[in-house]
Amino acid sequence: MIKRAMVFLFLLGLGSLFIVFMQEYTPDTELNQTGRYYAEHTAQDIGAANIVTAIIVTYRGLDTIGEVTVLFLTAAIVGMLLSRGSHKGKSLQRELPQSGELLTTGSYLLVPLILLLGAYVFINGHLTPGGGFQGGAIIASAILLMLLTDPLRHFSHQLITIIESVSGLLFVSIGVLGLFYAGGFLDNRILPLGELGSLFSAGVIPIIYSLIGLKVGAEFSSMLVNLSETEDS
Amino acid sequence: MNELLMPAITLLFSVVMIGAAFVSILVKQVSIAMLAAGLVSLLASVLFLFFAAPDVAMTEAAIGSGLTTFLFFFVLGRVRGDQRD
Repeated sequence: MIKRAMVFLFLLGLGSLFIVFMQEYTPDTELNQTGRYYAEHTAQDIGAANIVTAIIVTYRGLDTIGEVTVLFLTAAIVGMLLSRGSHKGKSLQRELPQSGELLTTGSYLLVPLILLLGAYVFINGHLTPGGGFQGGAIIASAILLMLLTDPLRHFSHQLITIIESVSGLLFVSIGVLGLFYAGGFLDNRILPLGELGSLFSAGVIPIIYSLIGLKVGAEFSSMLVNLSETEDS
Repeated sequence: MNELLMPAITLLFSVVMIGAAFVSILVKQVSIAMLAAGLVSLLASVLFLFFAAPDVAMTEAAIGSGLTTFLFFFVLGRVRGDQRD
């Protein structure tokens, strides 16, 4: 009873707080200072048609490294927890029912298309909405579809690890190169900026975002593969 | 978009989202709860698209409603398999 009353009081307090916020809310008619800076300077400084990408990869590139690191840690911890006891009883794997004809045939058609869409999204991250994280997630969903079709399918852990670590290493080394050849860590002006809106523009942003895409895709895929390969103990 | 249509769609989506969230908390079957949680993410991603944030909408659609929902089902399958053995 007291617990219910406490929950009710908490919700009431939260609601009144939000009502106060809502009454004070007035929509902005113009961008604030930071937003205006990004909107005005991105085109000539960074050369990326998608301002969000310019912010994520260049202006706030350090945060992106942090995010990728967090994701890597998550994937590593999932792998570590699930690898316990995964070696015993390979032969005890119970017989799984056959996947349906529809799922099998559909996955043959869809998996290459989904992989292509993922690659498109992260290669065009500086031109169209989306980028490394979204593209990586789309690639991982293709892996997920393959796992749903055939749960016993074996994916090479070594290949996933190599893709993941090589792209992570290249990402950081390109960032360090920016220290020497351009204005600072993760500066994109190592390569010429090119023409705004073309595929080869915005300096190293397409390269960095493709690396992030591969890394994120490999991390999500390793989580899924680990989950799938855990034996029922 | 139309002046009146936009708030109406936003309101409709918000109400459905809150409803789906309640369904996912209150319902007894785990699989329906997962689907309802996925529906919340899906509607949220459409709302992000309406609010001119396509990048966030893509992330929400790919991770929130796609990967997470299937991951839940994946884990549910493994947990059920364990219980049956």
